[in-house]
Amino acid sequence: MQKFNVEAAVGIFLIAGFLSFAYIAIKMGDIGFIGGDNYPIQAVFTNVSGLKPGAQVEMAGVAVGKVDEIKINPDTYQAVVKMMVKKGIKIQDDSIASVKTAGIIGDKYIKISPGASDVILEQNSVIRDTESALDLEELVSKYIFEKK
Amino acid sequence: MNFLQPFEKIGELALDKLAFAGRMGIFLAMSIKNLFLPPYKLWPVINQINFIGSKSVFVIMFTGAFTGMVLALQGYYALRQFGSEGALGSAVGLSLIRELGPVLTALMVTGRAGSAICAEIGIMRNSEQLDALECMAIDPFKFLIVPKFIGALICLPLLTSFFDFMGVYGGYVIAVKLLGVNEGAYFQGMFKSVIWDDINMGIIKSFCFAVIIIWVCAGRGYFLHFEKEGFGAEGVSRVTTKAVVMSSVAILVWDYLITSMLI
Amino acid sequence: MSEKENIVIEMKGVNKSFGKQRVLIDANLSILAGKVTVIVGASGQGKSVALKHMLGLIKADSGEVLIYGNDIKKMNKAELYHARMNFGALFQGAALFDSITVFENVALPLRERTKLSEKQIREKVLEKIDMVELEGSEDKYPAQLSGGMRKRVGLARALVLDPQILFLDEPTTGLDVKMSKEIYRLIYSLHNKFNFTSVIVSHDVPKIFKLADYVALMANSTVQGLMTQEDFQLSPNPVVKDFIEEIMGKIYNSGV
Repeated sequence: MQKFNVEAAVGIFLIAGFLSFAYIAIKMGDIGFIGGDNYPIQAVFTNVSGLKPGAQVEMAGVAVGKVDEIKINPDTYQAVVKMMVKKGIKIQDDSIASVKTAGIIGDKYIKISPGASDVILEQNSVIRDTESALDLEELVSKYIFEKK
Repeated sequence: MNFLQPFEKIGELALDKLAFAGRMGIFLAMSIKNLFLPPYKLWPVINQINFIGSKSVFVIMFTGAFTGMVLALQGYYALRQFGSEGALGSAVGLSLIRELGPVLTALMVTGRAGSAICAEIGIMRNSEQLDALECMAIDPFKFLIVPKFIGALICLPLLTSFFDFMGVYGGYVIAVKLLGVNEGAYFQGMFKSVIWDDINMGIIKSFCFAVIIIWVCAGRGYFLHFEKEGFGAEGVSRVTTKAVVMSSVAILVWDYLITSMLI
Repeated sequence: MSEKENIVIEMKGVNKSFGKQRVLIDANLSILAGKVTVIVGASGQGKSVALKHMLGLIKADSGEVLIYGNDIKKMNKAELYHARMNFGALFQGAALFDSITVFENVALPLRERTKLSEKQIREKVLEKIDMVELEGSEDKYPAQLSGGMRKRVGLARALVLDPQILFLDEPTTGLDVKMSKEIYRLIYSLHNKFNFTSVIVSHDVPKIFKLADYVALMANSTVQGLMTQEDFQLSPNPVVKDFIEEIMGKIYNSGV
């Protein structure tokens, strides 16, 4: 009886512990995205300042994926962004990927505007048309200095 | 001759501290070595999970809930000044998962289980039970210390999850039900801003804290016979106090170091 | 010398200090096979420390402790544990584990150190518990037992691996006269039955002499000779003489 009580207590503790861990991991850590129902796609930008791995990928304002990895291409000095996009979301080869900001000082995310082509991008292929991050500082200084 | 005495004292103290550090180092090394040596026994580990984990659940959930509640309350009034109550969810979520969950859980476990472990091993040292184990050719590390390490390593991340979970919903009750923050904003803000790296940081922290708690508490009890002020019942109580203080301080210092490494 | 072959444990010129306090100074002692050697002396003279050296629990600062001719300092852990498989030890406070029953306490060395089946363990443990006359107490916890019973449980645990050498640290301290007599009777009968080697640390003089084949006195942080108990009581060594006089009084000594 004594042993059974310990077993039961430990069992309940472990199960409940894993459940609450799973809740946090799935709800917040977006572990669910890792399970094979999405595919990688890449885009090359000249500037992704402020974009972080885990940022949203949106289409028409709806989240369709996440930024997985941001690297620099050492030959071209361009930023290569790898995204995981939900299976079933088809992206044409003339789609435009742009780095956007939620509000003026909000988080950066990637917006994909659909194209009109019949060619659908395959796994790991690259979106050619991109718009880089809006550099607010550059914009402001441009505005000030060009106006004279 | 007499004027040298202060220097002698300082030297003696320094040697003492060095010897203590050395003993604790050896203690950790022996524990890790024995962790991988057979025989592997299940029941001692289950008993430790019961002691460190199951019996701490309620106190952890209670502290977790109240921590989340006070975070929501404080965060609400701070964020309202900037008109960004919408960020309350991410503020509560991030501070719980990255920082307060692991640290407060570890401090609670130090107080509840760490002190008991220190006293238990100290008493075993006092009443020659550790010597008796040695004489029966049973390694005290394998028999006593290793199950505690494994138990703590399993329990702390799970207890931290309990804490985070309760904190999130404690914060929810205050933010949404009491202060009228939009429910969607609270949860969506939280889910969006907390990423896997944050959870990962929390897990790494709680593993580290598990090692610190058992290392410091069991180690101090194990080396009770080296205590200068003597042992006996008073020695056990003194060493337990020292162990709890040392473990808590070590947790906070290590928390800073590991945060600066991972961030 | 045939005695030389019979030495199971030997301390040679052992020195030990704790901090600035010198506890053992050039201590020499030989334990002979099949005999009961009693170490006596006032408190704080290093009796228990000497015993712990023989058990390998404390390492000497200098000098050697030989077990069956092998230096304890040069043994690795596996060898030391192997040597200790021949040891049984009863500590001052019996050193029972409070969280497990009497049965589990006695069974512990068997469970951890042998591969016996549960049935064999049960047989052996109950046999030893019978031997120390504690039948029916096997499911109690140590806290429910009296001091004498705890010591007997400790004795059963020390005997459960059928040791060749039995170490007893103050087997009767803290017990009343009747209980200590009972412990002595128990040790005596066990000794006749199994003929192991015993090392007993005690300050229960002169009663302990009845058990002793050899007596060694710890005084001034060292071992003052090792002799039969008759020789001991008539020893010309002034330290031994003082001790005898202090313990038993002049009249007893001159009356012999």
